[in-house]
Amino acid sequence: MDFRPSHDQRALIAGMRTLLSARFPREKLREAVDAEVPETTLDRSLWRELGTCGFFSLRLAEKDGGAGLGLPESVFLFEEAGRHLLPGPLVATHLAAGLIPGVAEGETVVTALEGPGMVEHLAIADVVLVLDGDRGCLGVLEVTDGHGPSVLAGRPVRSVDPTTPLHHVVSTPEGARALPGAGVGGGGLAGDDAARLLREAALLTAAQQLGSAGRTLDMAVSHAKNRRQFGRPIGAFQAVQHLCAQMLARTELARVSVYAASLTATEIDIAGARLLADEAAVRNARDCLQLHGGMGFTWEADVHLHLKRAWLRRAQWRPTEDAEESLARALLATPGESPGENREPFE
Amino acid sequence: MDLDRTAEEEEFRRGLRAWLDATLPELPPKPSPDDWPARRAYDCAWQRALYDAGYAGLHWPADSGGRGALPGKHLIFLEETERAGAPYVGANFVGLLHAGPTIATEGTAAQRARWLPPILRGEEVWCQGFSEPDAGSDLASLRTRAVRDGDAYVVTGSKIWTSHAEVADWCELLVRTGPPDSGRRGLTWLALRMDAPGVTVRPLRTLAGSAEFAEVFLDGARVPLSHRVGAENDGWRVTMVTLSYERGTAFAGEVVACRRTLVRLARAARENGRWDDPALRRRLGRLNAEFGALWRLVQWNTSEAEAALRAGGDGVPGVGASVFKLRYSHARQELYDAAADVLGPLSLDADHEWTTGRLTSLAYTIAAGTSQIQRNIIAERVLGLPKGR
Repeated sequence: MDFRPSHDQRALIAGMRTLLSARFPREKLREAVDAEVPETTLDRSLWRELGTCGFFSLRLAEKDGGAGLGLPESVFLFEEAGRHLLPGPLVATHLAAGLIPGVAEGETVVTALEGPGMVEHLAIADVVLVLDGDRGCLGVLEVTDGHGPSVLAGRPVRSVDPTTPLHHVVSTPEGARALPGAGVGGGGLAGDDAARLLREAALLTAAQQLGSAGRTLDMAVSHAKNRRQFGRPIGAFQAVQHLCAQMLARTELARVSVYAASLTATEIDIAGARLLADEAAVRNARDCLQLHGGMGFTWEADVHLHLKRAWLRRAQWRPTEDAEESLARALLATPGESPGENREPFE
Repeated sequence: MDLDRTAEEEEFRRGLRAWLDATLPELPPKPSPDDWPARRAYDCAWQRALYDAGYAGLHWPADSGGRGALPGKHLIFLEETERAGAPYVGANFVGLLHAGPTIATEGTAAQRARWLPPILRGEEVWCQGFSEPDAGSDLASLRTRAVRDGDAYVVTGSKIWTSHAEVADWCELLVRTGPPDSGRRGLTWLALRMDAPGVTVRPLRTLAGSAEFAEVFLDGARVPLSHRVGAENDGWRVTMVTLSYERGTAFAGEVVACRRTLVRLARAARENGRWDDPALRRRLGRLNAEFGALWRLVQWNTSEAEAALRAGGDGVPGVGASVFKLRYSHARQELYDAAADVLGPLSLDADHEWTTGRLTSLAYTIAAGTSQIQRNIIAERVLGLPKGR
């Protein structure tokens, strides 16, 4: 057992950080925030570059043009994306790589409809993954060939997160066709495959939340060291120190949960990772905002962007209540505890 | 990055499981919580059984009487013993989890040979003499004096919150050898014999009603110079080693135990109908996530300790231990608060196991460094914030 990221994994993380710092620096983020047309928040050339770097194809086999890497590596990349608030339907597109042509290369943007509710980046998306929650299967809807988003009867709303345009969709559309290579369940990817994709979606969302939580912690600590009041850095006051300490504890608990879930990929580990990462992202952003005082309440500071994205991600790919109920059920499913009834307590 | 176990480790797990399955049914009944001598005898007999079977001091160095395994193997031991419902370390808590690891790290060869094997064999029990009535969180302000007299220190003062003092043979004792205002620079770590003349123990009753700890009065008690661990006036550094073990690894087994309790809570709730309340269910679900994450943190910290050992380090848990201590102590209290909700009116029955658990859980955010002190440590030593006031 060596739970720490390997040398190669650390190099991958550093590479992603370098790429995003160069191609999606703060100025780009702020340009996206203030874009007059929300659709332009997604930079197609950057999307293609992500494709070229293997962001979407990472886990495809090498013979299929991928890097043959696993969930842990995807989690590291999504954590960095979350740190940098990289916009776009990253999870849906990553999951669709290998299933839909052009996705792995970054040519095709894929968003998702998880049932009636909000859909991100619908106007720019080429394809919509459609989740039929009742049947637990995924279908696909192409929106480029003249149908446009009208097929979904979606109404654009002014999104709370300025870099994630949203449509409110009230009903699941007819006409979703099967994902290529699937066809089970009457028009969708079903059964074990669909369940696996949904687990992965929840985990990669958690990874983005983890990245955001780490970033708001860094922002808070940096501000606490530099901002002076009463003749000293505010970070010398225990009230401020303890807020920061709680932020670190949340981040580290979320980190080990997300990393472990990327190794085991079990339903329960992912549900737990999701709860802790959602909480870390939302609570850290709140504490970071508080710590920045009046500045934290401005449009100019980046803190609100993390909070708003964290709220949005928390609502995607596995609601909190669902994860909590799932973890509760697992307690009853744990076999008895008398000696001889062998079972790992945590594996 | 992996959580894999080697074939050798899995073989170890199977062997331990078989031994536990054969051994546990033969154990005598647990003694009454109020009968300290009986508790000591029970805990030491269990430790002796572990020793005879080759399971004592798994990750202690061989020259300390241990078996020299990496800390990861000890995690398997904790998982399996808790799973099987084996006895807990009990009266051997300080010896096995604080004083022992400290002596293994900081003691001389002679000290390791003298003190560590009896701990592993369950023959000698230790207690902790750090806190004083006027030195709790501000430990470095302690005033118990040790003055050299020939080949011994003469110790005068008093210690408080000393668990197992009534039945202990030895006390890990932190004393002032420097001037009164010397702070951290004037402290020394000693091993005191509890039957030395001048040592008086007065039990203290906890809010749970039992005498779990005591006050220890020291009136000219003599400690040979050879019973000093580390250099004179270097006791603060030695103490930090002790506290790192206390916060980093001493509670690891309890996380597994808490998870078992959580499973029992869920079953009790299903039986008495409380399970139908979604708010309670979801609360138990969140606790499941929290204890799962705490175990992952133990695995993470263990991996870091193993890597440090392989690089030639001493394997002392890092400051990340404070993150674990902070979250674990809080989670344990949440667990027993949830238990009270499951129990309903029965939670007011002080004899119910979970009510006792709820009462004793209140100590966790205070003992081994309060939550506030842990946050100070994280802020200053992990995050590098300016020293607070």
